[in-house]
Amino acid sequence: MGKYESMRPVNEAEVCDIVRGALVASGGLSLRGGGTRGVLTGGAVLDLSGLAGVRLYEPGALTLVAGAGTPLAEVEALLAGERQRLAFEPPDLRAVLGREGVSTLGGVVAMNAAGPRRMQGGAARDHLLGVRFVDGTGAVVKSGGRVMKNVTGLDLVRLMAGSQGTLGILTEVALKVQAIPEAGVTLAGPERGALGLACLRRALGSAFDISGAAMGAFGCWVRIEGMAGSVAYRAGRLKDLLPGWEEVPADWAMVRDAPVRGAQVWRLSVIPTEAWAVAQALPGADLAFDWAGGLIWVGCDPGLDVRAAVAGRGHATMLKGELKGEARAWGDEAPGVARLMAGVKAKFDPRGVFNPGGMV
Amino acid sequence: MDMPVPDRKVLEAKPQIVARLAEILPADAVISDAEGLRVYECDALSAYRCPPLAVVLPRSTAEVSAVLAACSALGVKVVPRGAGTSLAGGSLPTEDCVVLGVARMNRVLEADYDNRFVKVQTGRTNLAVTGALDGWFYAPDPSSQLACAIAGNIAMNSGGAHCLKYGVTVNNLLGVTVVLMSGEVITLGGPWADAAGLDLLGVICGSEGQLGVVTEAWLRILPKPEGALPVMLGFGSNEVAGACVADIIRAGLLPVAIEFMDRPCIRACEAFAHAGYPDCEALLIIEVEGSPGEIAEQLGRIKAIAERHAPEVWREAASAEEAGRIWLGRKSAFGAMGNIADYMCLDGTIPVSSLPYVLRRIGEMTEAAGLAVANVFHAGDGNLHPLILYDANAPGQLEACEALGAEILKLCVEVGGCLTGEHGVGVEKRDLMAVQFSPADLEAQMRVKDVFDPGWLLNPAKVFPLGASDPRRSGRRVG
Repeated sequence: MGKYESMRPVNEAEVCDIVRGALVASGGLSLRGGGTRGVLTGGAVLDLSGLAGVRLYEPGALTLVAGAGTPLAEVEALLAGERQRLAFEPPDLRAVLGREGVSTLGGVVAMNAAGPRRMQGGAARDHLLGVRFVDGTGAVVKSGGRVMKNVTGLDLVRLMAGSQGTLGILTEVALKVQAIPEAGVTLAGPERGALGLACLRRALGSAFDISGAAMGAFGCWVRIEGMAGSVAYRAGRLKDLLPGWEEVPADWAMVRDAPVRGAQVWRLSVIPTEAWAVAQALPGADLAFDWAGGLIWVGCDPGLDVRAAVAGRGHATMLKGELKGEARAWGDEAPGVARLMAGVKAKFDPRGVFNPGGMV
Repeated sequence: MDMPVPDRKVLEAKPQIVARLAEILPADAVISDAEGLRVYECDALSAYRCPPLAVVLPRSTAEVSAVLAACSALGVKVVPRGAGTSLAGGSLPTEDCVVLGVARMNRVLEADYDNRFVKVQTGRTNLAVTGALDGWFYAPDPSSQLACAIAGNIAMNSGGAHCLKYGVTVNNLLGVTVVLMSGEVITLGGPWADAAGLDLLGVICGSEGQLGVVTEAWLRILPKPEGALPVMLGFGSNEVAGACVADIIRAGLLPVAIEFMDRPCIRACEAFAHAGYPDCEALLIIEVEGSPGEIAEQLGRIKAIAERHAPEVWREAASAEEAGRIWLGRKSAFGAMGNIADYMCLDGTIPVSSLPYVLRRIGEMTEAAGLAVANVFHAGDGNLHPLILYDANAPGQLEACEALGAEILKLCVEVGGCLTGEHGVGVEKRDLMAVQFSPADLEAQMRVKDVFDPGWLLNPAKVFPLGASDPRRSGRRVG
């Protein structure tokens, strides 16, 4: 492996060299940003934290361009200095997964991270304006750019978001950022269970622009954000809609960061109205609901058959734990979809260098 | 603009191809006579026309599948078509292709308010999706929304005025049923947020009918806001109006829409819609949503920023009817301009911070070219629509107009922007792709098409410069 013995490239050219290099032919590369959220795959660890640095930040254009290895915390601090933020609230999963390390922008994008605001503002994919990456042949590819609307050519930006490092090595990402609203309020109600989830859906069906709707051991919560007068008005109207609900202090970072514990941790994406029925099929599990039931966090022991509980009402991804036999942490695709995915993988990474044993 | 030489063998086999399609579809779903084909010879990029070999109008996913499987077996190219409103020539036929129109597949299959989605067949028009809902709406709103189909919206990843707040099609698309060129029917995504595997749904969206034919879609819907109010701001110059937009965005205000028009466009729209537009150099239409109190709060902030730029006019819509006319004027802008001249509509996007500079440069370049330009666009997200005016009957004017258009788009790329923000590449920007993308970038995109359509039969002469796609289209390289 010659001059990159540390396997920590510090620029795109070094990434290209490594991918083209001989080491890769035997065993592949396990791509690592900060190792805080990704799936740990086979292959020699390639530490991408050296691809760091903010390249462009234009608060007036709501745009940030940075090396994929840039620490998330550094970006969040920079944005906060201009009263801005990443709207999609990337979770910090270190506590729940028992990991250490420094989360990177590339990891956030590769996992398509999203927090409680997803149902209003989308996931990382919805805020990703452009990418640069090195494909499996060592070629540099760019897609998208740094502007808000861009339909020029096939959208490889979306393809790379959530690809879990299976198609290429992200070297640079461009993200849309958001102004931090001047006010925010959380309302909490006494309802729990199916009734609590129904209250959350009722709030989401109102015109009051809900940016969080979660239920768990912490309570049953609805969040609104915006201008001070508007937040006060909407809080009042929501209290009319949901009698008995009151303003409470709320830690949404706790909701964001997977508020369950267990030997296994799962993230279920389900049809909101089916959430309670899915939960009933998971006896003894530690559960929390986000996105008005669209997201269920599950902490449980290995004995529980989580996929069987979902039963066609959504999708289950295991974030922590071991699975038996052929089962895959991220679940199975329909045969036609799996064939297309394998085809895309073969085109972008023909030697199977990236994250062997990964999602595709 | 060049198109590939038609496949002589396919042209000669027209009777057999039409006969095969007639076996698959009811008699009224196959068009092959010269008069009937002329209806489909172009889309909204009407400078280019070519009647196809045949047109099919299937009524179901199963019929779409049968048509694509048959065309695949016969080696016949297929050009998918929604409502034919593409400004980029996305559904421009070739002589040797079958046009597959989805217009007859226009039903709402399911409206689920509790889970906040609607499932529709993609031939349904954009506005008719919201029209089928009670108290809810589908957010992306291209100006052609009365006519354009969801199929085309997905193919082009369409935007619209209100996308500043609500995002474009890809941000509001939950899932699709898509038929591959082989005839295989595939489901991507669905009524829950995350599906297994790679984001192929995101790749299908904006793929310009080159990967598959989308027949059904799950769309995210939103409760209608309590109210909305547009306000008009007039300025003495384009650059000052551009600077005002940049300041509003910088201040963290996010109106649902910030639209821009310059004087030539204001006059044409006023003559068309009688919306009471002021006669000034540059006009901003800013829309905010909410209760009366919330609207007043937002307008107060916007007014404070605008006043730093000394607007000549500040006028709030006095009634719902006046608000409707203000938007009618804006959404009719292309049609209104069409009443006074032929025009070419550009769609480049730039960083909002570059607005004042780019507007000045467009003015200078247009003057140097001896042409006129009218600007109407989505200022809040930097998505420009300069309309270059020309006379199609005057020799050389179309070419001069296209040359100026190319220069303006190169300027957009130069300042960090792109060739097209919401209309798509089609044939119109196809030959400019190398300005924005390297050969490796284009190769990566074409590899994705190789996976979905190995024979390069679906809408093959679009998006990629003909020289770049030739080895694949001519079958000298499969995949």
